[in-house]
Amino acid sequence: MSHVVSPIREKLVTGGKSYHDVTHDICKQVEGEPTKEWKWAFGISCIIFAYGAYCLFYTWWQGIGVWGLNKTVGWAWDITNFVWWVGIGHAGTLISAVLLLFRQKWRTSINRSAEAMTIFAVLCAASFILAHMGRPWLAHWALPLPNTFGSLWVNFNSPLVWDVFAISTYLSVSLLFWYMGLVPDLATIRDRATTKASKFWYGLFSLGWTGSAKTWARYEYMSLILAGISTPLVLSVHTIVSMDFATSVIPGWHTTIFPPYFVAGAIFSGFAMVQTLLLITRVVFKLEDYITIEHIEMMNIVITITGSIVGIAYLTEFFIAWYSGVEYESYAFINRATGPYWWAYWMMMTCNVISPQLFWAKSIRTNLMVSFFLSIVVNVGMWFERFVIIVTSLHRDYIPSSWAMFSPTRYDIGDYIFSFGLFFTLFFLFAKFLPVVNMAEVKAVMKGVSTNYPAKKAKASTKTDE
Amino acid sequence: MENSNKRYWKGIEELTNEPSFVKNIHNEFGNMPTENDSKGESLVDGSATHRRDFLKMLGFGVAAVSLAACESPVKNTIPYLNKPEDVEPTIANWYASTYSDGGEYASILVKTREGRPIKIEGNKSSSVSKGVLSGRAHASVLSLYDNEKLKGPQVGGKSADWAQLDKEFTAKLAAAAAKGGQIRIVSNSILSPTTKKVIAEFTAKYPTTQHVVYDANPAYGLTQAHGGILPNIDFSQAKTIVSIGADFLGSWIAPAEFAAQWAVTRKVGSAKDGKKTMSRHFQFESILSNTGANADYRSTYKPSQEGLVALSLYNAVAKLSGTASISGATIKLDHLEKAAKDLVASKGASIIVSGSNDPEVQKIIAATNSLVGAYGTTINIGLAVHYRQGNDMAMANFIKEASAGSIAAVIFYNANPVYNHPMGAALAAALPKIGLSLATNDRADETASLCQFIAPDSHYLESWNDAEPKAGFYSLTQPTISTIFKTRQAQSSFLAWAGLASDFASYLESNWEKNILKGGAVAWKNALHDGVFEPNAVNVSAATPSVDVAASAAAINKSYSATSTNLEIAVYEKVGLGTGSQANNPWLQEFPEPVSKACWDNYAAISQPTATKLKLAQGDLVEVSAKGYKVTLPVLVQPGQAQDTIAIAIGYGRTKAGKSADGVGVNAYPFISEINGACVGINTQGVTITPTGETKDIAQTQTHHTVMARQAVVQETVLGSFVKDPLSGRYNPQVSTAEGKKDATDITLWNGHKYNNHAWGMVIDLNTCTGCSACVISCSAENNVPVVGRQEVINRREMHWMRIDRYYSSDAEVEDLKGLEIASDNPEVVFQPMLCQHCNNAPCETVCPVLATTHSSEGLNQMTYNRCIGTRYCANNCPYKVRRFNWFRYFQTDDFDFHFNNDLGRMVINPDVTVRSRGVMEKCSMCVQRIQAGKLEAKKEKRRPVDGEIQMACAQSCPTNAITFGDMNDPSSEISKLLEVEKEGRAYHVIEEINVKPNVSYLMKVRNKDSKKEA
Repeated sequence: MSHVVSPIREKLVTGGKSYHDVTHDICKQVEGEPTKEWKWAFGISCIIFAYGAYCLFYTWWQGIGVWGLNKTVGWAWDITNFVWWVGIGHAGTLISAVLLLFRQKWRTSINRSAEAMTIFAVLCAASFILAHMGRPWLAHWALPLPNTFGSLWVNFNSPLVWDVFAISTYLSVSLLFWYMGLVPDLATIRDRATTKASKFWYGLFSLGWTGSAKTWARYEYMSLILAGISTPLVLSVHTIVSMDFATSVIPGWHTTIFPPYFVAGAIFSGFAMVQTLLLITRVVFKLEDYITIEHIEMMNIVITITGSIVGIAYLTEFFIAWYSGVEYESYAFINRATGPYWWAYWMMMTCNVISPQLFWAKSIRTNLMVSFFLSIVVNVGMWFERFVIIVTSLHRDYIPSSWAMFSPTRYDIGDYIFSFGLFFTLFFLFAKFLPVVNMAEVKAVMKGVSTNYPAKKAKASTKTDE
Repeated sequence: MENSNKRYWKGIEELTNEPSFVKNIHNEFGNMPTENDSKGESLVDGSATHRRDFLKMLGFGVAAVSLAACESPVKNTIPYLNKPEDVEPTIANWYASTYSDGGEYASILVKTREGRPIKIEGNKSSSVSKGVLSGRAHASVLSLYDNEKLKGPQVGGKSADWAQLDKEFTAKLAAAAAKGGQIRIVSNSILSPTTKKVIAEFTAKYPTTQHVVYDANPAYGLTQAHGGILPNIDFSQAKTIVSIGADFLGSWIAPAEFAAQWAVTRKVGSAKDGKKTMSRHFQFESILSNTGANADYRSTYKPSQEGLVALSLYNAVAKLSGTASISGATIKLDHLEKAAKDLVASKGASIIVSGSNDPEVQKIIAATNSLVGAYGTTINIGLAVHYRQGNDMAMANFIKEASAGSIAAVIFYNANPVYNHPMGAALAAALPKIGLSLATNDRADETASLCQFIAPDSHYLESWNDAEPKAGFYSLTQPTISTIFKTRQAQSSFLAWAGLASDFASYLESNWEKNILKGGAVAWKNALHDGVFEPNAVNVSAATPSVDVAASAAAINKSYSATSTNLEIAVYEKVGLGTGSQANNPWLQEFPEPVSKACWDNYAAISQPTATKLKLAQGDLVEVSAKGYKVTLPVLVQPGQAQDTIAIAIGYGRTKAGKSADGVGVNAYPFISEINGACVGINTQGVTITPTGETKDIAQTQTHHTVMARQAVVQETVLGSFVKDPLSGRYNPQVSTAEGKKDATDITLWNGHKYNNHAWGMVIDLNTCTGCSACVISCSAENNVPVVGRQEVINRREMHWMRIDRYYSSDAEVEDLKGLEIASDNPEVVFQPMLCQHCNNAPCETVCPVLATTHSSEGLNQMTYNRCIGTRYCANNCPYKVRRFNWFRYFQTDDFDFHFNNDLGRMVINPDVTVRSRGVMEKCSMCVQRIQAGKLEAKKEKRRPVDGEIQMACAQSCPTNAITFGDMNDPSSEISKLLEVEKEGRAYHVIEEINVKPNVSYLMKVRNKDSKKEA
């Protein structure tokens, strides 16, 4: 499965790793006892999750009146969080699918965790879809299910229904893609397993993978097919999410620029989140040789490009608001920048437009600490972007008598915390029980295998690894 | 075992067949010890429990408990065993009756369902109230179901029965009378002639009795200026209306009636031959009242100048009509000269009213009215009006007597002077000195709780009564439900104490047959059916009251000051809560005051310049004191208010009215001053305001007060321009296309709807909407709209389907967006009723994922509550923001203790309208239940519904007929005719350019001003 790689290319895996080293480095997290750092991190996640779950339960029990919403601002943190998490969930598919199609080999060491992150982020987003409903126990009514009410059907005109389809498709395809990529690695762990339990469970989930040439060929085909299916999804999901706003009549929402703008923003925030997580993972799991400075730099470049697209989108919105001559739209944008929520707007502008520009300097984009900090800044900015779009558009729309302010309650915050708890709990479980780097694909991109393959290790490891 | 050849024995005992073994052979485990052996018996039932029984019981217990838990609560509907003759389930019965509360009057129709009164509507047969009623009258049905009323009589603070009360009370009363002790009956104005007769019977039995009448918000001054009577006022005849502090559209004497008259003069038509004249309304006042908000010209004076303003107007009018002017300080007030000029010019069709209760001021006003020929046209002293009969002097005298200990017995007949009289505290202190005290109040309120006896009166919907609102105009009150608690109507009590038969119903009937109807049982039945009896034509008298102008002027000069720089208090009455008699009515507490849009509180309203001067901001808690009385309340910055003036509303600060009222706001009655022998709602000396450093949110349903120069929302013009061109002031947004300019609504992606049967629609005339908000209460009552309480209003979650938007004008230029947010110091005001616009291209309908909101074949945008999953997308996408979300379960929840959480309070629920559960969206349905009922009625009679037969609650309750509802497919309907005329005139859709094509149209507001620029 190795492709021919030009010898003048930079190595994607550093440290002179052998195939065995790869297997060993990745599997030891799964096979060994949980590390102290992992226990701490997981413990804290669980506490956050428990607190968030309490807040969410209280919200469901009492009704969403416990949030700070009102008759004018009908969505705030709920949909902000939803869009934010869906946006974050974009990087996984982009890295696995689009970069696969473009043969960007550097993706191999990060796609696994990026995909996992995607799935968890989409689950977090889904939790807000449920939580924001007045009657979440009737959520299934949003699905076109046969029912006993006669010809009662969903409203196919509603962007929320499109959302349901888009998100559920995205979740299924991402899950499938992720799991399919896991199969060879699960088989590796199965083969190395020493305990009965792990042999059983990893054996079960590796679906009887044999590693024959035929299986590998099918694996490759499947990867390509799923990548082909996923690629339009990268564009479609956030396009459809943006239509929740774009198809409305609310000034500040009713904007044709939203689909590309949202997609760019989603990739922007998704890459930032991948960056955040990988920078932690590579240190905690000592994967510096697999997730190299080169990776970090590549990611930063993507962040800068998408950040700039987003910045242009912001400016375009403003220009169009002025150029269209629509009184309400002009006001909506002036109000964003200078109204009572000016701070949210300028927070968004600073974090999303200005901060990624720092990556033009190579010294900054190769600096781990700065990259880490800015990756968080970007996601803060992207949260504020959604907040600005949703709340500042709603709080002052057409009829001034209804203008109102929104301020969050502890349950707005608590339910947001819940999503973090869910995300990190799942992520740490993933990091412990599944290989965080795609061993099989990383091995495929290790170049010059035969030239610098240490002879003494070769004999010992070929049997078990391939 | 039997078939076995071998016998196996399990032990030596079996082998030997010992008797003790044989006895226990059926026991599988023999005589195994159990836990209970030591004690010998079980703790539970005294018998030893076997291990297996324990398991059985455990199993049974678990099964029983879980089965019990599965069962949903059962609510039984109990059918009639013997069905009452008139009650058909699901069919409403209507009864004509009369609402009267402390001089407030309306002839009404009461809708009952299965024996429960659920809705009040106006009775159009009455030529007095003409089918209009105030928000308070609409809300009064909820007071019927107030669980905090007394459930029976009380003696010495303990529950008693009526026999005991009667026995003890009459014994003491007789003893007091025998000693020649003074007896007083204290009441508010009584409209009922028969009740007065009953009191006369009582007085005959106890001759030392005197009846003291006072009013919480009196018109004593006005009666004093007219020889002791209240003259009949008719604004509908007026071309020039000048009001000096009289809030006649909101709270002065009979606002609903006056609003209807006023509106007659304010209607205009866009057609060529349409009415192009309007009355011109000048308002001079200290606060921005509901009436001032509707005036064409308005300016402010300080309360201490009130009398001098009247004097200045007199002089200005006198000068123009060639009469000698009188001496006195003159006040330079904007528009005063202009008002005088117009008054004189429209002589015979002019009227001046004053809200002051100072008799001397009212005398000057009467003299001015004489000069402009008001008597005999707009004011008629030939027709005595009984709305206010209070005598401030007599009441003050009573309190003095009580304090001196010279009163032996007092009966408070539904009066609460301890709370609502300026000298209430003095009376409270004096009450223990009165040997015998009784109150007929419906609850142990501030006054009744200090009395020895409480003989609770029944609610008016449970009682027989009559009323004579104006001399010679009668109406009847009949019970629409039997008494809910063990109450007895006060008239019966008086009769009982007078030693007569306590059956007031027959007393009333015989009195009517003998003295009023002068006929038999048939006439009685007819009168009862109609609710009103109006035998006489109106007697018009052109007589003018004689006024000693010079003497009054001298008195005024003494009491008022033109140049006072003091901080002053203006006490006013709110449109919603009124004098506070129904303060425990959550509908009224949540009623947004038309001008301030605040509810659930009173506050110290001050103007922005005064606030700046005093370094105060909205919501700052301040301590206001005067006359040694102190209150702490939040500041509300009120544009249009006089400088250095603090306005505080009466009706709040109840302490013993019930959960909804107690502790809401502060009592402002003690701030009322005595001037020239009358209670005048101003306080001009020694007023201080001190910030406490704390803040308190004021619950306002609207927090942005200007319209931001959005012409697509509110369109207005002035009469001069309108006469020249009915389209002047109309805003017609156009879009540039390749083929030139087009109307924004001509370009569309929508296919439109076909309405083959009906097309329901509504037209709202901004010119006659006074903002009184009677429709808001009527809508809430009709549609089971929940009350959410103070905090939830602060959270901007009130549920009203109908809201009245109120906008102040701003002095800023159109481009100055920040400046536009700030209201003028003396703003022009516009009221805009806003409800679901029932858009034909409805943005809400397209976005609902589950089709819970859809378009009907008759043009309604309808909400299917059962289907709603509560995404709130529809509300977000509603450009008018009229959708309301059930954030919590508002009924049956203790957190929302507003009569909706107990069985009694829920009796007011309209069974035709779903009570919405938590998590669903709701909004105006155009009273679809009324439409369906009307259509069904027509169908049964095999005809089409007649125009006017189906009415929305808001349209029906609008005192000024500003709302026209009907079938736009019926060319002969009122709405079709109106739109036919106004389509190319005043009619517009709010934010027309987004092309949602509402079924609700608005008619542009026309102000009767000379030019737009004038303030």
